[in-house]
Amino acid sequence: MSTIAEPHIRLPEGSIEKTTTTLNLGPTHPATHGVFQNIIELDGERVVSAEQTIGYIHRAFEKIAERKPLYQITPLTDRLNYCSSPINNIGWHTTCEKLLGIKVPKRVDYLRVIIMELARIGDHLICNSIVGVDSGAYTGFLYLMQYRELIYEIWEEVCGSRLTTNIGRIGGFERNFNDIAFQKLDKFLKEYPGVLKEFEHLFVRNRIFMDRTIGVGPISAERALNYGFTGPNLRAAGVDYDVRVHNPYCSYEDFDFKVPVGTTGDCYDRFLVREEEMWQSLSIIEQAYQKVREFKGAEAEVYHADVPEYYLPPKEDVYTKMEALIWHFKIIMGEIDMPAGEVYHSVEGGNGELGFYLISDSGRAPYRLHFRRPCFIYYQAFEEMIKGQMLSDAVILLSSLNLIAGEMDS
Amino acid sequence: MPLTNEHIKQKLIEKFGEQVSNFSEPYSLLTFEAPKELNLKVLNFLYDEPELKFRFLTTLCGVHYPQQKGRELAVVYHLHNLEDNARVRFKIFTDINQPDIYTATGLFSAANWLERETYDFYGVNFVGHPNLKRILNVDEMDYFPMRKEYPLEDSTRIDKDDEMFGRGGTLGYGTEKTDHGTLSEENKHDEGKPVL
Repeated sequence: MSTIAEPHIRLPEGSIEKTTTTLNLGPTHPATHGVFQNIIELDGERVVSAEQTIGYIHRAFEKIAERKPLYQITPLTDRLNYCSSPINNIGWHTTCEKLLGIKVPKRVDYLRVIIMELARIGDHLICNSIVGVDSGAYTGFLYLMQYRELIYEIWEEVCGSRLTTNIGRIGGFERNFNDIAFQKLDKFLKEYPGVLKEFEHLFVRNRIFMDRTIGVGPISAERALNYGFTGPNLRAAGVDYDVRVHNPYCSYEDFDFKVPVGTTGDCYDRFLVREEEMWQSLSIIEQAYQKVREFKGAEAEVYHADVPEYYLPPKEDVYTKMEALIWHFKIIMGEIDMPAGEVYHSVEGGNGELGFYLISDSGRAPYRLHFRRPCFIYYQAFEEMIKGQMLSDAVILLSSLNLIAGEMDS
Repeated sequence: MPLTNEHIKQKLIEKFGEQVSNFSEPYSLLTFEAPKELNLKVLNFLYDEPELKFRFLTTLCGVHYPQQKGRELAVVYHLHNLEDNARVRFKIFTDINQPDIYTATGLFSAANWLERETYDFYGVNFVGHPNLKRILNVDEMDYFPMRKEYPLEDSTRIDKDDEMFGRGGTLGYGTEKTDHGTLSEENKHDEGKPVL
């Protein structure tokens, strides 16, 4: 790497003094994969400085949440990291359950784990294949995309929607998983490992891919921690912090899985960490699926906790039973007062620690709700990571950090 | 030996005496507050003290309590000791008329944008911040939107003249409802909220 100070462009006599080029990468640029802007100062092709502007799709979720009953906040969380909405939904539900002191049955936990790990695979799959696209390999992206479609189909069977899922409710799921969902899950578990293996063959020891990613956008463990990195980006720098292990939720302590770590924190390590996490997620799904199958009799039909104040009753009951009708009305009209308290709860999202800080003053809506959005926090480090590298590296780094504008802007 | 809340509390009291106060443990997360002049001292102590090592800033956010006179704005730090896996929540309060608080950017690079966000939403002025400007909202905005004096629109309000949505207007839909009370009366059912 040559020094930045040495000019790469020799200007003709009488030209203006400025020797650097200012380039707007974004807000709508194919390389940003989302709406955010990077004002990059270039010396030739080398990045001298980068200034990030975000907020293009700020939707004031934290403000809106101060007016909504708990169940109406779930669709807001969908729109944070929309590549793995179920993790956000379930993270929010578990936060509410922590505030309300609801104990969730084991089967619900295991079903949630299946859904969340599918979401993690879906999230990492997109990120890794996009890194491929940005380094010129489109095939892997299209190949893996079929399996994200299958993941979406499973969610569709469970909750009826695909991208912004609004999956589950406080206390569990809105309905039990049907046979088609399990058949599709079987299909996924059977076919995806082979596909992922093939995908890895395309990239992991590929000369071009290695040249494009090794040493690109590195960050040391110390700097990454100081910048508040979490998730795969932090683990690629060599810190084995994973919320699923450190502060288990949804019975993650019942599962046996490894936390992969990298060493240099560059794009290649991030790629490998995400790959390995997909394998671990597959293993977790298999274990959870096994545990779900072990429930027999009435237990095998449990899909929610018994919390009439927060869990919408089935529609048939609303029309035929007094109790159910009353609860339905109270929930829909947002007339349930929640206990006062302050709770911080976090889950391991696709990008790292997704935290919810909820303050309740015993009203019907949160007094204050703050989302800890991992993307927002680690995107700050972009300038430090890219300084002195090439413009094309900036593009790969952007996709390798898995920046999701929805999560950044909240 | 795992780092217990009690131990952290003792350490803090040893160092700062009565200046750290209001200890509580909601949902077993140690919460305490300190005078705003001391925020950096406390954060530094938590960071440097070999037994505590709270070196990871999980998040930082503002809260507005309009009824607490003289301490309307709160800044809440969530800190994490990754080695012993312990968390603390640290709060400082400030007067809304002089919301100056020392920045934590010198200690945590992560605080940069989080403080900009807090400034953007609540107008907390972080003294010494390298680039304190709005981050999510437009630069031209001349108020701090997350403060409680800007209530959200009541979704059931009917005083709006908007014919496209059947409220008032010349088409006559919903006009029979327009003589209802003002917005603040409409907000009545929201008693849990502070009224300004």
